[in-house]
Amino acid sequence: MDSTKNTDVLDLANLYKDSVKADDRPGFSGFIIAKEKLFDIAKDLRDKYGYDYLSCVSGVDYPETNSMEVVYHAYRSSGGSALVFKTQVERVDPMEVPSLISIWPGVDLQEREIWDLFGIKFAGHPDLRRILMWEGFEGHPMRKDWKEAFYEEEAKPLKSRWPDGNHKYAEAKAAYGDNINFEAGFDPEKWTPTDPEEALYSALKKYQTEDVDGIKTDHLLINMGPQHPSTHGVFRAVVILDGEEIVSLKPVMGYLHRNHEKIGERNTFLQNIPFTDRLDYFNSMYSAWGYSLAVERLLGLAVPERAEYIRVIFGEMSRIQNHLILFGMLWNDLGAYFTPALYAFEERELMLDIFEAVSGSRMMCNYHRFGGVVRDIDPASMQKIKELVYERLPRKIEEFDRLLSENEIFVSRMKGIGYLSPEDCLAYSVSGPTLRAAGIPYDIRRAEPYGVYDRFEFDIPLRYNSDLLDRYLVRIDEIKQSVRILQQALRDIPEGPVLTGKPSYQIKVPAGETYGRVEAPKGELGYYVVSNGKGNPYRYKIRTPSFVNVTSVEKMCVGTKIADFVTILGMVDIVLGEVDR
Amino acid sequence: MYGIGLIKGLSVTLNRFVESYTEDIRWLVKRYAKVDFRSSKDAKGTFTIEYPEQQLNIPEEFRFTPFLVYDEGENGEKNIRCTSCGICAKACPPQCIWIVRTVDPATGRPQPQPAEFYIDADICMNCGFCAEFCPFDAIKMNHDFEQSSYTRNLKNKEILLQPASYYANIRPLNYAKEEAARAEKAAAKAAAKA
Amino acid sequence: MSINELNLPDFNIPDDMEGKVTVTTLDRLYNFGRRSSLWPMMFGLACCAIEMIAAQAARYDMARFGMEVMRPSPRQCDVMIVAGTVTKKMVPSIVRLYNQMAEPKYVVAMGACASSGGPFKEGYNVVAGIDKYLPVDVYIPGCPPTPQALMAGMIKLQEKIDKQSISKVRWYQKGPDSVEIAVPFLGPDLIDPRRIPDIKAKSAELAVAAVAPAAESSTEG
Repeated sequence: MDSTKNTDVLDLANLYKDSVKADDRPGFSGFIIAKEKLFDIAKDLRDKYGYDYLSCVSGVDYPETNSMEVVYHAYRSSGGSALVFKTQVERVDPMEVPSLISIWPGVDLQEREIWDLFGIKFAGHPDLRRILMWEGFEGHPMRKDWKEAFYEEEAKPLKSRWPDGNHKYAEAKAAYGDNINFEAGFDPEKWTPTDPEEALYSALKKYQTEDVDGIKTDHLLINMGPQHPSTHGVFRAVVILDGEEIVSLKPVMGYLHRNHEKIGERNTFLQNIPFTDRLDYFNSMYSAWGYSLAVERLLGLAVPERAEYIRVIFGEMSRIQNHLILFGMLWNDLGAYFTPALYAFEERELMLDIFEAVSGSRMMCNYHRFGGVVRDIDPASMQKIKELVYERLPRKIEEFDRLLSENEIFVSRMKGIGYLSPEDCLAYSVSGPTLRAAGIPYDIRRAEPYGVYDRFEFDIPLRYNSDLLDRYLVRIDEIKQSVRILQQALRDIPEGPVLTGKPSYQIKVPAGETYGRVEAPKGELGYYVVSNGKGNPYRYKIRTPSFVNVTSVEKMCVGTKIADFVTILGMVDIVLGEVDR
Repeated sequence: MYGIGLIKGLSVTLNRFVESYTEDIRWLVKRYAKVDFRSSKDAKGTFTIEYPEQQLNIPEEFRFTPFLVYDEGENGEKNIRCTSCGICAKACPPQCIWIVRTVDPATGRPQPQPAEFYIDADICMNCGFCAEFCPFDAIKMNHDFEQSSYTRNLKNKEILLQPASYYANIRPLNYAKEEAARAEKAAAKAAAKA
Repeated sequence: MSINELNLPDFNIPDDMEGKVTVTTLDRLYNFGRRSSLWPMMFGLACCAIEMIAAQAARYDMARFGMEVMRPSPRQCDVMIVAGTVTKKMVPSIVRLYNQMAEPKYVVAMGACASSGGPFKEGYNVVAGIDKYLPVDVYIPGCPPTPQALMAGMIKLQEKIDKQSISKVRWYQKGPDSVEIAVPFLGPDLIDPRRIPDIKAKSAELAVAAVAPAAESSTEG
């Protein structure tokens, strides 16, 4: 909240007096732009005022005021806080908002998501299909009046659990005896199936040529995934090939769409923390940080010094561990089966041992709380962290570097592949190491510092070729910088409490909105949280780096060989828990 | 020269390969002492913990599914700590705890005893909120991860109950801390009375 | 001791004969072979898949059980570890993969999500347990189960295999050797072909119920 009211933020309401007004709802900030003017003003924002990076697009449903809202968070790539602008439409189908895809192509998937989940149409979007659900699904599930089959109550805790909580399976209460719902009178026998893939296939660029000998060349359509060993989960890509060359590619997702946001709006604020662990399941320590940051801003809660240092320590450890796994998996994809992956997992196991000892679980740490962390690091674990950071990790990273970085086969598979120009990187809202491999020094730890990152001395690793090799090398450098941060944090960590206030399971959060973002290992991870003063968030939107970074995959892949797709996707570093949420 | 990078990389694997044998010889005699070593910073060579013959050390804070704690009475009766206050059921993120409060048949007033207590282990996300917010130290997270079964796992009160001695065994430090706090509270109460 | 008893797959050698004789039956030999080379499918859905990979890695090394060969093709695997949340969008593919596996085949539901939807059970795109579609052999609770818990589950599966007898197993009986499971499809919501009559009856019932109060209020008004 505070961060968005900085002085360097443009006063749009003064600049465009007739079409923009400041958002004056209590706790809210930013500007509401009339939707007719949205496109022009957005263009000015990018061209005149330097807001070249559109981070997050969220939809919010307000049935009480009979409106739907689209919220944009734009940043300058030179750093600084967000410019929040919104546009509102009347809540009557069909709703339409101009698409900003020609200004910031990075909104592509995010706009499709809003169409899918809220039913807001984006005029001018060339390929507005459903993205997380399938074509033909009934309704737009994130609307407040849309109820799922296992719906019980608007908000948790549910009354059926206590004091008269006789166990009953959710199936027993649902109308169809399962997690399904149909319109009354629906007849599955008379229902004519429409091909759900038709729209997808028609969105691909196809071609047919005839060469001089009169031999017809036709396109080749290949589906990779959702069950494919090198898509890192249930990701699917449909590609059109000319021989081995990729002509057109569309990512298809939603195979792991677990409805984080809908469940999150039923949960209490605290109950969302363990759910954030399951977003990026490699880095649960970091995912929870972003959410805590957002809610702490709403609460106006300060975090004790020691807790801030602990957050940094575990955050950087998960960054190291995330990048190591990426290298291992990347080599698996490239054909160097197992060896690098096994080496990477060894180091990861040692770190997970510490996570387990401190937080209680290897992967789903559930360690952050609003105003700190749940418990202090015990002395034995502290000793282990020190041993790892000062002795083992530097040695092992050097070994990893020696194992992979100069390998000629590896280099020839990576050099010059998957190029994305720096301008495109920004336009496509790419974040994380991919952005920094294009020479853009944008790291939220520096651009908009959170926690105690402003106290540490570290460099933002940069490379300039923007190909796969550079993205790899940037990550190696990042690991080294993380070790550097860790060493400083371990040296400086003060004694003291680790949690502000008394732990409580019922937290009332003042009304307002906030956008908390952190530099997660995969890129910018943001939480847009709207509270209406009750115990559960009114809107809980997650801007995940994997999801937004996938937007640029098509651009990177077209023109390369199909075998490179696997490497490019591996280097984007997606995790399906985040892509599909 | 082309190939130097390859050789450099392969030297790492060769080194690891040799280490795996030298380490094996080192551990030939004291086979079962190696768990600690293999989870330490010096771990090298073979890294495997041979489950189920060996097991990793389970840290005290490790959490799997929850269980209910009872104190053993003098005559072997089970004094369930749970008062069915319902805080765990309210805090539970996936709402997998079901509690039926005991009602006195004569007066109709609720009694501090759960009549029924269910945890659906197939919904439980092992987050530990129930144990964290329980004011009576009545629900705790288990260390026993070998719970796989041929059917779904709905746990009722009888399955969930474990003696306090079991709890003291798996989480000695926490148990000692809680007991000390309880003793202090009791002493303060006694002092206030006197 | 009757000859029949001796043929039982779970028959144990009496203590006084231990070390003196070796008794085997075809069942035992056959089951030993099968249980010692269970090839899982290389197929991860969500968080649990990472623990599955960790179980395959050096620390836990499932190769010790003969389970190291992860096959991406369903034709070559024996066991499908459903590791993660099964979504409505994904379940047709999973059922199709299962149908493509050759008998004998087993299904392990790893983690809370695969067992019954887990923490995401209430979600609109989540299938509340893979056992609604596939016959699950072993359920492993936990979110996620640690690699050791996964291995405990796989040992449980081995125990199950040990108790099977060649003369009784389905895939050596007359008739089709594997049971095709009808692949669900995506309509307005997920439709299980086996449940079509159900759905039809229920939605008709709901339609009547929706019309009735409307008619009532109109007559009143």
